[in-house]
Amino acid sequence: MSSMEISNISKEKLRKLFSEKKRFDGRDLLEFRDIKLSYEVSNKAEGSARVTIGKTDVVVGVKLAPGEPYPDSLDKGNLMVSGDLLPLASPRFESGPPDFQGIELPRLVDRAIRESGMINLEDLVITKGEKVWTIFIDVYPINDDGNLIDAATIAAIAALKKTKLPVLDKNGNIDFEKPAKESLSISKETFPLSFSFYKLGDSIILDPTREEEEACDARITFGISLWSKQHVLNSCQKAGFETFTQEEIDKIMSVIAEKYDELNQKIKNYL
Amino acid sequence: MTKRSDGRKNNELRPMTAKVGVIPNADGSAMFSFGKTIAIAAVYGPRLLHPQHMQNPSKGILRCNYDLLSFSVSDRKRPGPSRRSQEISKVTEWALSPVIDLNQFPNTVIDVQIYILQADAGTRTAGINAASLALAHAGIPMRDLVCSLAAGKLDKELIIDLTKEEEDFKEGEGATDFALAKVANSDEFTLLQMDGKIQPALVSELTVLAAEVCKQIYEVQKKALKEAVTSHSTKEDKKKK
Repeated sequence: MSSMEISNISKEKLRKLFSEKKRFDGRDLLEFRDIKLSYEVSNKAEGSARVTIGKTDVVVGVKLAPGEPYPDSLDKGNLMVSGDLLPLASPRFESGPPDFQGIELPRLVDRAIRESGMINLEDLVITKGEKVWTIFIDVYPINDDGNLIDAATIAAIAALKKTKLPVLDKNGNIDFEKPAKESLSISKETFPLSFSFYKLGDSIILDPTREEEEACDARITFGISLWSKQHVLNSCQKAGFETFTQEEIDKIMSVIAEKYDELNQKIKNYL
Repeated sequence: MTKRSDGRKNNELRPMTAKVGVIPNADGSAMFSFGKTIAIAAVYGPRLLHPQHMQNPSKGILRCNYDLLSFSVSDRKRPGPSRRSQEISKVTEWALSPVIDLNQFPNTVIDVQIYILQADAGTRTAGINAASLALAHAGIPMRDLVCSLAAGKLDKELIIDLTKEEEDFKEGEGATDFALAKVANSDEFTLLQMDGKIQPALVSELTVLAAEVCKQIYEVQKKALKEAVTSHSTKEDKKKK
C-alpha cells in the first residue's frame, strides 16, 4: 500500500489485534478519530478549509477562474481537482513528479464530488459557448497520519460550501478589489463523503493511522452522497494486492449508510 | 424496463472472442474482445528488473501498462500516458497480482503491456481478460484465471457489459458503470471501480450477478488457451514427421 514497507512483526501484531477487534489507540475497527474543521486557510482563496482527523492534517483551497469551455461541453463549466503530496507533510513524500498515490488522491476526490452532482456545472456558464467558470480544487496534506483520501474529501466539500464567486469587471476579468458576495451554487442535499475501508487478514477497518494503513493489504474507497433522500454510492476504487470477497462487500454495504450519517452529523456541526 | 439498443438481455454479454499467441516476440500474448472493444496484451518476463535498486529480493514485481492507441477512440487520443491510463495500469496490476505467485521470482519483473485497438466501453476489463490469458500463455504460475467485466445500472435496471452509448445514458438515475474483476473459481473480487449513482444494497446484487456472468468469460478464456496448446502440438507433430 505504500512505498515504505512495514516490518513483518508490526504487521503480524496489528493483524492479531484487529482479529480481536482491538486497535492500539482503543478505537473500534470502524471508528473514526476526532475530526476538526476550520476555515479561511487563505483569504486569497475563493473558499478554503482545513481538516484534521487525529494527527492527519489536510488543507484545501478553491480558486475560480473565467475561461473557455471544453469543445465537447460548451454549456458547462469545468471542475479540476489537483493536489500535491508535499514533502512537508511526511518523510515518505518526495519532491518531483507525482507518484501513483499523488495521482490517485485528487482523482478520487474529483470523482466523489463530480459524480454526486453536488456542483451543477451548467450553472457555471458566464456566456454560453464562450466563457465559463473553472473551479480549481487544490488538495495539500500538511501532516500525513493515514486516511488522506477521506480527510481530503471532507476538506474539499467544506471549502466548496464556503466558496464565493468573484466579481467580474467590464472586460470579463476578475476584479480582486471588489468583495465577492455571491455563493457558489451547490446542492445543499448531496453532501458527498468518502469512506476508505482497509483490509488486513480478515479484518476491515476505517480511518487507519499511517502505521495501520501500511500494514493493510487492500483498500476500497467509496464516494457516497444523498440523492432524493436516499444514500447512493457515486464512486468506488479498490486498491492493493489483496482481494475483497462477496461476503466482505456485503458487510461494507450493510454499514456504509450508517457510517455516512454519523460522519455527516459530525461535520455539519462545523458548517 | 428500458430496452437495450442492441437488443441484448440485461445479463447478456456482447459476443466475445479470444485468441492466444498473437505476438510471437512475447513470452505470452493474447487478444480479447467484447463486441467492438478490442484489447491485445503481451507478457515479457520474468526478467531481471533494472534499475537494480527497484528489485525486490523477496519476490518478483508485476508491472502493467495500459493505454489506448491514438486512433482507438473518436477524438484522437494524444499518444503517451495520461492520468487516466496511469490509474488503469495500476488497478490492472492490483487486479492481476492476487492470482500470480511472485514469490518464485525474486529480483525480477513481469511486464504486461496492454493496448486497446478499438474502444467501445469496457476497455480496462477487456484488457484484464487479455492480460490474464497472456500471463497463462507465458507459463507464469497462477492459482486461477482472472475474469473481468463491466456491470452497471441504467436508471433502475441492473445490466451487464455496457456499451459507450449506454455509459452516456442520462435519464432517471442515469448510468452507473462498475468495472469488476474476479478470481474465476472463487468469490474474491480483484477489481472494483465505479462511477455513477447506485444504492448500497444494489452493489451486493450487482456483484452476485457479475460473478454468475464471469463463468461465460472463463469458458471463452479456457477455450482460447486450449486452442493455443493444440495448435502448438500439431505443429510440433508435423515437424517430427
